[in-house]
Amino acid sequence: MSDATNLTAQIDINTIPALGKEQLLELAMGPQHPSTHGVFRMNVVLDGERVMKLKPVFGYLHRNHEKIAESETYLGSMPYTDRLDYICSITNNWAYAIAVEKLAGIEVPERAEYLRVITGELTRLQNHACLLGFLMQDMGASGTPLMYAFREREKIMDLFEGLTGARMMCNYLRFGGCRVDTPAGWMDAARKVVAEFPRFLDEYENLLVGNEILMDRTQEVGILSKELAINAGISGPMARASGVDYDIRKVDHYSIYDRFNFRIPLGERGDVYDRYMIRFLEMRESIKILEQAMRDIPDGPIVDPKTKIRGFRPKPGEAYGRIESPKGELGFYLVSDGALNPYRYRVRPPSLINLTVLEDLCIGQNVADVVVILGSIDIVLGEVDR
Amino acid sequence: MVGKGIIKGMVETARNFLGSYVSKQRLTTIQYPEERAPQIEAARNFPFLVFDGTDAEQGLRCVACQICEKECPPKCIFIEKSKDKKPDATGKMQFYPATFNIDISVCMSCQICVEVCPFDSIKMDVVYDLSNNDRFAGLLLHKQQLAKSNEYYNTIHPTEAAAVDAHFAEERAKAAARVKAAAEAKLAAEAKAATDAKAKSETTLADTQAQPVGGGTR
Ligand code: SF4
Ligand code: SF4
Repeated sequence: MSDATNLTAQIDINTIPALGKEQLLELAMGPQHPSTHGVFRMNVVLDGERVMKLKPVFGYLHRNHEKIAESETYLGSMPYTDRLDYICSITNNWAYAIAVEKLAGIEVPERAEYLRVITGELTRLQNHACLLGFLMQDMGASGTPLMYAFREREKIMDLFEGLTGARMMCNYLRFGGCRVDTPAGWMDAARKVVAEFPRFLDEYENLLVGNEILMDRTQEVGILSKELAINAGISGPMARASGVDYDIRKVDHYSIYDRFNFRIPLGERGDVYDRYMIRFLEMRESIKILEQAMRDIPDGPIVDPKTKIRGFRPKPGEAYGRIESPKGELGFYLVSDGALNPYRYRVRPPSLINLTVLEDLCIGQNVADVVVILGSIDIVLGEVDR
Repeated sequence: MVGKGIIKGMVETARNFLGSYVSKQRLTTIQYPEERAPQIEAARNFPFLVFDGTDAEQGLRCVACQICEKECPPKCIFIEKSKDKKPDATGKMQFYPATFNIDISVCMSCQICVEVCPFDSIKMDVVYDLSNNDRFAGLLLHKQQLAKSNEYYNTIHPTEAAAVDAHFAEERAKAAARVKAAAEAKLAAEAKAATDAKAKSETTLADTQAQPVGGGTR
């Protein structure tokens, strides 16, 4: 692939007015660059240090997820959803399960709902902790903060392994419930991890929140206005950092979230610093949800006994199921024609849609800020490219 | 004061660094090849086939029903059914897989084969360290490599295996009961047939004195 021809094909450099007498420089950041969080390329046009134009190029990790799912059974797609956003496999399972349950009209037993909330919120903790670590890495604080974040993630992954058998590709939810019940002692181990998590948050806050370098690098950088956030369909922590009060857990009341007492943190300016802090605050709220869910979880069946594993054919129709995944609104749209496999299967990936405003955030910023802004959007290329 | 935040952060790092000398909780890494983390019971990696008893060929639980082959999402299982039959775990005559291959370079450890298998014959293994320098043949596991004993299954997933064993014991008891019931029913039927015949022959005798004894038993 020739980068040079590609670049000129996409950006006509002559249409961009230079600021001074400097020459404009075209630069391809990525795809093999560690700061791009995977294989993602940004073609930037620079005037000195300043970004004049930016074109994202993605698709390097395209794996034909949707088409594969259309030739698989409904259950057969479940393990593939793990591989969309590989940090949050359980929330991906959840969104897909909700779509199928809507399509087929399946009820979920009480205990399974609690298990879903518990594992889902643990996933959120894990995602946000990782994101903070990566963001620090992008700013040049290499190693230490990321290692601390991964140390916490490790504990959560151990919990997932104990429950589901796999650390990352959990494949845990089933239509109408969950695959397995908690083994003996798991809930106590989970309680312990959750009880210790605030200590990590305090430590992390000590480590970085008051840090002058961090403030300089993040405040007033990559501002996303509230209007643009709404118009561009931005969701999740990124929208909330710009002050958009929109959380699907509160809007849709899906699962059993209306039983828990938690708040939705909102940002004011929508810069990288707000996006960074909003994740801290969300983790604290997630811990509240987890504590309540672990206190209230009832006994009972974990899966609707009527649902079949094999030969599952929902009646013809369509359904859209969505949840508040750690990255934003994750939705699955399914059309069934009554066969074993969906007629149409479509994912609404939060990372991709949040990434669409990248150029607006980056124009006028310095090159080094582009990396930080990209990091604060929180993308996983597995989900962007599918 | 400028730099206060940085100092606060440094103190935190120092605390973690020095703390790792005194508190086990702060020391999170282990020296991998020499030291290994304890195996978590629910862990899963690649599938294997369970056999009962000592003979891997004879005791294989798999009956080559090919359900797992069909349901496996990336289609990495290949099965060829046998021509003849052998007794399965509960003593019923069943087919067995003449060939059973799993390509673990394709397998994504999703456990769906385990969930759909109606005979509890395919289960998830926990082995890792499977690197191999033959990319194709080395990662294609055959029946011989896949077959592992029930004892092994019991050591890696004790809770799950115990449940499976209990289920099998129940099935065997049921089968034995069925055999016994069938035998009893047969005996009873024979006895009944005998008494019927006797009664009939008596009646026939009573009716037509000229009939020979045992005429109506057919
Ligand atoms: S674990 Fe999944 S991918 Fe692997 S053989 Fe079983 S069904 Fe196929
Ligand atoms: S492993 Fe189980 S599902 Fe697969 S062919 Fe054998 S008996 Fe059938």
